[in-house]
Amino acid sequence: MNIDSIQNGIVIDHITAGRGMELYDLLHLDSLDVSIAIIKNVSSGKMGKKDIIKIDADIPVDLDVIGYVDPNATINIIRDGVLAEKKSLSLPERLVNVLKCKNPRCISSCEQELDQIFKLTDKEHKQYRCIYCETKAN
Amino acid sequence: MRSLIDIVDLSTDELDELIGVAMDIIEHPAKYSESCKGKKLATLFFEPSTRTRLSFEAAMYELGGNVLSVTGGATSSVAKGESVADTAKTVSCYADIIAMRHPKEGAALVAANNASIPVINAGDGGHCHPTQTLADLLTIFREKGHFDNLTVGFCGDLKFGRTVHSLINALSRYSGVRFVLISPEELKLPSYVKNETLKKYHLPYVQTTDLEGAIPSLDILYMTRVQRERFFNEEDYLRLRDTYILTPDKLRQAKQDLCIMHPLPRVNEISVSIDDDPRACYFKQVLNGKYMRMALILKLLKEAQA
Repeated sequence: MNIDSIQNGIVIDHITAGRGMELYDLLHLDSLDVSIAIIKNVSSGKMGKKDIIKIDADIPVDLDVIGYVDPNATINIIRDGVLAEKKSLSLPERLVNVLKCKNPRCISSCEQELDQIFKLTDKEHKQYRCIYCETKAN
Repeated sequence: MRSLIDIVDLSTDELDELIGVAMDIIEHPAKYSESCKGKKLATLFFEPSTRTRLSFEAAMYELGGNVLSVTGGATSSVAKGESVADTAKTVSCYADIIAMRHPKEGAALVAANNASIPVINAGDGGHCHPTQTLADLLTIFREKGHFDNLTVGFCGDLKFGRTVHSLINALSRYSGVRFVLISPEELKLPSYVKNETLKKYHLPYVQTTDLEGAIPSLDILYMTRVQRERFFNEEDYLRLRDTYILTPDKLRQAKQDLCIMHPLPRVNEISVSIDDDPRACYFKQVLNGKYMRMALILKLLKEAQA
């Protein structure tokens, strides 16, 4: 399967196979008026299978979201058809409007205008907690 | 702007400093009688409370300050749908410091993030109640003279009991403290409190359902009420509410210098026949709460002016 190379844009590579759509949704890529390719189950020597997202525009992407969903993914910035920058990811300390608190007693569940903010409380177990009520994510 | 939302916002040095100021207030009340002259405390209580609101108001009056009070959401702009953020911004125009109780967890943090004056969390649902912990700490200090090497029993609702979680966090900072966690299976201490406090700092603790068996080893017995408002299911509340009732009979094997505490209000978990026992300290906690709130108001106002 061939997907054309992009001239100026972003390639999110080494996404764990099956997580490409989740990233697409969380990054709100559906709202962009640019060409986007989601390639699923691409053969990978290192990973076996992987997903790739190609965005044909040099737009800012929320690295925190990608770091949360798949910290092993890589971000390649393409300019004039060549790799201009490579960004590595780590688990973000805070997530804003990525997760939603499920605690019905939390202030964020009744005041809709509030940002949903979670903080990393346990890096080893990838544990995030709501900053308002400290309820665990997921 | 410095606020107090959770007891973890205060360092151990700051806890010791507040206890020191509170002890000085107790010994020299006249010295502090005009410390907050011209200052206004707004007490915003959107959930029922007797002692906490009165304690804050008494504290401010004894510091020579004034109080603006809102009680019950029904008579405030909150009933019209005003957000906590907007309420905090509005009240910041009238007062110098806010004490707020709200039924939603995290409401005090939202207020603090939006107010231009210090906010004290006077209870945000089942989440945090840091000034109760300050009252508890002063009570233990006045009764025992120290925090180190105490065996502290918590009994009752350890799952929803916010005062229990905060006091465990505060006491875990002192050396040699041992915890005895007495509760029915359904109301055990949440695993995150165990993992992030007791296990993380390798603090010795035991879990048991047997109050009488645990009593002889205790220096402190912290009783709690099973809180109806924390249950979604009335049947569960009715089944669990009378699991532990402390009676003179159960105290036979207790140490003579045991300190019996309770954040109040009690329903029936401590028999009134214990009230005259010199080991009963729960009404002393109420008084100590006022002194610690005085010390806290002084500290936050001083930092706000700096």
